[in-house]
Amino acid sequence: MLLKLAWRNIWRNRNRSLITMSAIASAVLLAVATVSLQQGVWEHLIKNLVSLYTGYAQVHAKGYWDEQTLENSFEIDKTVEQQVAGTPGVNAIAHRLESFALASSGDKTRGCLVVGINPAEEENLTRLSAKIQSGSMLESGQDGALVAEGLAEKLNLALGDTLVLLTQGYYGSTAAMKTPIRGLLHFGSPELNNQIAYIPIQLAQYWLDAPDRATSLVVGLEQAEDLPAVARSLKKSLPKTYEALTWKEMMPEINQHIEADSAGMYIMLGVLYMLISFGIFSTLLMMLAERQREFGMLNALGMQPWSIARVVLAETVFLTLCGSLAGLLLSYPLVWYLAENPIQLGGDMAEIYEKFGFEAIFPATVKAKIFVEQTLVVLSVGLVLAVYPVWRVLRLNAVEAMRN
Amino acid sequence: MQTVIDAHNISKVYNPDTIPVHAVNSVHLHLNRGEFTALVGPSGSGKTTLLNIIGGLDAPTEGQVVINGINISELKPNQLINFRLHNIGFVFQAFNLIPVLTASENVEFIMLLQKRPKAERTRRVHELLASVGLSDKLNVRPSQLSGGQQQRVAVARALASRPQFILADEPTANLDSHSAATLLDIMEKMNREEAITFLFSTHDQRVIDRARRVITLVDGRIENDSAATQIRH
Repeated sequence: MLLKLAWRNIWRNRNRSLITMSAIASAVLLAVATVSLQQGVWEHLIKNLVSLYTGYAQVHAKGYWDEQTLENSFEIDKTVEQQVAGTPGVNAIAHRLESFALASSGDKTRGCLVVGINPAEEENLTRLSAKIQSGSMLESGQDGALVAEGLAEKLNLALGDTLVLLTQGYYGSTAAMKTPIRGLLHFGSPELNNQIAYIPIQLAQYWLDAPDRATSLVVGLEQAEDLPAVARSLKKSLPKTYEALTWKEMMPEINQHIEADSAGMYIMLGVLYMLISFGIFSTLLMMLAERQREFGMLNALGMQPWSIARVVLAETVFLTLCGSLAGLLLSYPLVWYLAENPIQLGGDMAEIYEKFGFEAIFPATVKAKIFVEQTLVVLSVGLVLAVYPVWRVLRLNAVEAMRN
Repeated sequence: MQTVIDAHNISKVYNPDTIPVHAVNSVHLHLNRGEFTALVGPSGSGKTTLLNIIGGLDAPTEGQVVINGINISELKPNQLINFRLHNIGFVFQAFNLIPVLTASENVEFIMLLQKRPKAERTRRVHELLASVGLSDKLNVRPSQLSGGQQQRVAVARALASRPQFILADEPTANLDSHSAATLLDIMEKMNREEAITFLFSTHDQRVIDRARRVITLVDGRIENDSAATQIRH
């Protein structure tokens, strides 16, 4: 009966309750859409930059990340390989032998990153073949290279042309190689698109005079959420001559950017919820003022203040819950649409984003967690705001209240 | 005769530290089971204050109220609320029904607070609303009832808790003659047949005419306490 009473009470002033619920629904809609969009954008970026290139984590010879030279490469060790591959949460590994080099064609020369890969491992980890715009995937032991479109364009190279690479080998001698372009790749990240080339790892080892060596063992995960546990496990179990780094440690600037952006979003959400709080609170205050006499009467009849307070609390919960549910119902189709049809910037804005190394695509992510979190935040706001009316009810004096 | 209310030397002073106002002054009041009593007097004579003190809604500055042998002045606030729930029925001038509940729910509400079983609640709601002539208004909300009908629901609600007595503060003040007469008929019948004790605070001659005992308060003191017939004009 108390719940029935609370439910009916919120419909006493139908217009006021509907306006309050609409405000709550709008806040939830805005909050869910903002958070989903922001997380979606970052997931997209991480997927582009992290999954495709660095992986979620990497194992190197100790000191490699601070000084990325061939001297800090390691000899491929089956035991370590099995240990990493067998870590719970790891679903793929790939060896790479990386070196910065000069790429040349005719009179054009560009700095680039040459990555020696095991094609099968790389395909399993990053689905590299999906990025091939023309040509075909590399095969193990084969001569040839996959070159990013931007780099090829700058060097004026096309499929089937010869790429000339020049760098310093493992022992310090000059390493030069020419190899045919077997495929052109397209990356969402302009940074990758303008500077990367892949060759089979055996070819890279031969070119760099570093047989059986690799600079990194890239780790893929079943779920991004497994990263902290996998990182902990690798750091603890690997021999001391190795280091295990997560993408956040390897690219702290991106992680810091995400955190700064999240902080900005939380400030915005805070302002939004503060505005909504005023709306809810004014409704509660009006409700409290209008019903002083009724509360006094209920107390006179024998209803304990705590029971009256429970009704007030239930009314607040109903009010915020109805608003939140309406917000969720409205936000789900919007978020789903933005996930299926990402916002794509064009023109100058897209160029600005690309200059900073970001793809100008803004997809939303559809996660139950975001919907649940925002609902709980609004409910919590309602419950916190209900403290004042509850406190007033608990201090109720029946005679004075009825005199009002 | 069983004593229901024994108010001994009751005084109530408002603003004792500034300009003291003696709302009730050394009042002794003794009511037995089955009495039908009107507390009369001009505005400001202390009728409502005395009623509130007897009903445990307000505390006296001096004196004590004993109801059915229990000194309610000694009860803690929560105990007092619980005592009211089980022992005192209230009927207010402004009806004070819960607007979002139907007539039957308003009557049932008190029994729900008393944690009575559902079957008993349902049976008693039907009995009480039938006894006040509102069997056909069970599922009607207060806003759809006339003033007289609302006050009859309030009487049914006051009786629902099976109280020791009913305190009625100006119950007929907002009612037309016909509705007031019907309401008084119902209350008189309940008083006569079930020996339910009624104490009215009223200005209304229609109530005074029906009361078997009339207590006149002037300036917070009992000026007269006699049978109603003796003070009729």
